[in-house]
Amino acid sequence: MSFLTGLYAFLFYFATVVLLTGLIGKVVQYARTPAPLKIPTTPAPLTKGGVALRMAREVVFFESLFRGNKWTWIFGWVFHFGLFLVTLRHLRYFIDPVWLPIQMIQPFGIYGGIAMVLGLAGLWARRFLVDRVRYITGPSDHLILALLVLIGASGLMMSFVVHTDVVAVKEFFRGLMAFKLNPLPADPFLLIHLLLVAGLMIVFPYSKLLHAPGLFFSPTRNQVDNPREQRHIAPWAERLEQ
Amino acid sequence: MAKANFEVPELQQYLEVPAVTPSTMAHSSPFVSRLEFQEPLGFPGELADDWQARALDKFGELLGKYRSLRVYLDSCVKCGSCTDKCHYFLGTKDPKNMPVGRQDLMRKVYRRYFTLAGRFFPKLVGAEDFTKEVLDDWYSYFHQCSQCRRCSVFCPYGIDTAEISMAAREIMDSIGMGQKYCNEIIAKVYKIGNNLGLPGPALLDTLEGLEEDVYDDTGVRVRYPIDKVGAEILLVTPSADFFAEPHVDGLIGYGKVFHEAGVSWTISSYASEGANFGMFIGSYENMRRIAQRIRKAAIDLKVKRIVFGECGHAWRVAYSFLNTLAGPWDFLDSRYPVPQHICEFTHGLIQEGKLTFDKSQNDDKVLTFHDSCNVARASRMGDRPGGQFDIPRAVIKAVCNNYYDMDEETIRDRTFCCGGGGGLLTDDLMELRVKGAKPRVEALNNVMAEKGVTHMAAICAICKSQFTKVLPFYGMDMEQIVSVHQLVSNAIVLTPGEDDEEPEDEDDENRDAEDDDDED
Repeated sequence: MSFLTGLYAFLFYFATVVLLTGLIGKVVQYARTPAPLKIPTTPAPLTKGGVALRMAREVVFFESLFRGNKWTWIFGWVFHFGLFLVTLRHLRYFIDPVWLPIQMIQPFGIYGGIAMVLGLAGLWARRFLVDRVRYITGPSDHLILALLVLIGASGLMMSFVVHTDVVAVKEFFRGLMAFKLNPLPADPFLLIHLLLVAGLMIVFPYSKLLHAPGLFFSPTRNQVDNPREQRHIAPWAERLEQ
Repeated sequence: MAKANFEVPELQQYLEVPAVTPSTMAHSSPFVSRLEFQEPLGFPGELADDWQARALDKFGELLGKYRSLRVYLDSCVKCGSCTDKCHYFLGTKDPKNMPVGRQDLMRKVYRRYFTLAGRFFPKLVGAEDFTKEVLDDWYSYFHQCSQCRRCSVFCPYGIDTAEISMAAREIMDSIGMGQKYCNEIIAKVYKIGNNLGLPGPALLDTLEGLEEDVYDDTGVRVRYPIDKVGAEILLVTPSADFFAEPHVDGLIGYGKVFHEAGVSWTISSYASEGANFGMFIGSYENMRRIAQRIRKAAIDLKVKRIVFGECGHAWRVAYSFLNTLAGPWDFLDSRYPVPQHICEFTHGLIQEGKLTFDKSQNDDKVLTFHDSCNVARASRMGDRPGGQFDIPRAVIKAVCNNYYDMDEETIRDRTFCCGGGGGLLTDDLMELRVKGAKPRVEALNNVMAEKGVTHMAAICAICKSQFTKVLPFYGMDMEQIVSVHQLVSNAIVLTPGEDDEEPEDEDDENRDAEDDDDED
């Protein structure tokens, strides 16, 4: 076993632990914090099914962002949808045999990678070109964009320019899942790609990437509009009544 | 035109997003509260030396009590969707009035003390120590938010700046840095029963005066009862309705509708206020205490139903929070929603065909309707989503012949705040109020030019007071703002009761003459 393989194995175990514990910790924190008042942004659905539909429209189509800003919406949606396709394509490194839908998605995953980088470029450009967005942009916002763009670019490099031994990469990750170390090819683009992905996993629970779980816990989006019909009261507020 | 010692924005034909101009409103700050107004609310009277530690304690407590606060401080990705949505930014150009700019004032403190990234890499993630300068910025800019929730409509995660500014005000109150306007008013509610400090005898006097006015005007005895035990309906309405124009014309309208409905109703001198400024200062305890007055009044007066008058944030507290704060309402008549909005009540009667209108009485006006933010984005009327938009419009259209909506992008859930909501309706914030009204006044100005609109109807006491005050700054007339039930009152055909005399012809002529005066 080479030093490199050992290092990356450790890195991915570490990143996975940080991602899972951090994310689970956050989700538990959100779930345990009460929402003492009914504050859905109205008009809001009157039933739980309606709320599920509203949430689905937010998650899949970014409905509110669409109403807010068309440029941010198109770039943001292209990026996220691209990332979604790429993620599906990458499942082939972790499952064997590869499920049929994942096999069929493979070519689209490449387009997804391109779309992802283009979307990110658009979002990044807005951070320089629109004065309001420039004002609210901080160093961490640039860094996360850089991280994602480099992940996308290094991945595309391996698809189009300098190929790596994908069979060996799969062996490496399948091995990690069984707590076995298989050699990782020492290709520079692969190493950069994986390093940055591990970095992304580590910063996820400590950064604005928390918007992903956050959306599901947003009271203005996930509450049913029925305050007159059903009394809604938080445990800490109930104690005031005694 | 009203005189201003600041630059009144020029109205445009299309909404223009201004270039970011930092610190244009850094000087804007309402009067700080004093001990006498802080104490009745359970807040310290002034800033102590250890304010920072106490503020952070309170901050931590709120993070554990309000999921909205925790999730919203974590989730913002700085996408910019909200940046051009706040009327205060559009009117003042100050980037700290962009919703995300305002949130970041709190987020930077949150990150510094409550997140790993901010503790170790403050510069990287924009975390900052909670210094006196930051606190002063909080005081200034969290009192430049009317909690209208327009930003939350456009945020991909539904981040609601109102939740943030409420929490900020609660933290500031807890360390003795409260706002005089809100806290003085709440203290008055506790002491006297309403925001304006009108004592019971004065209310009785006013209501008797209204009965006489309406009788003189119509020849019909319409009652405006107070503290009538056993009445069917308890009316809870903002105290502005008891005396100020155009509010009181709305109250006259409610009474006429109740008269025609043939139901008994009453106002309570104990809970003679619909407003609940506890919401503005983000204080659950104070909001609850104010709401509990309504419960006590309903029990004491043995009513069966509760109806709220025209008031925006009051309707939010009533519709969305009253069940939580002062429920359950199982002792009231379960056939009716608790509480009901007066527009729902009137609309129901219109649909049943129980009201007769002479729409021509409003022919001297061409109407438009201002969706009040708390009604539009934080409540509902009727049994369908969006009823809060349709029902008031249906009422107006039932009593007026001439009605046009303003630009679609400035109404319904995209409505612009009047600029005076959220506890900012005070003279020490006049510059902010005038500038913040710009987007709404612009849309009004355009529909006046295009459709010949003469009047704007509203269902919120704050909106009505605010427009009455700021329209003159834009060269418009303060009387252009009217109550929805003022229009109802003008058009409703009253049924004389047994003790009413037949109106004489002479009276009729007098009435017509008065109407003519109104047109001028």
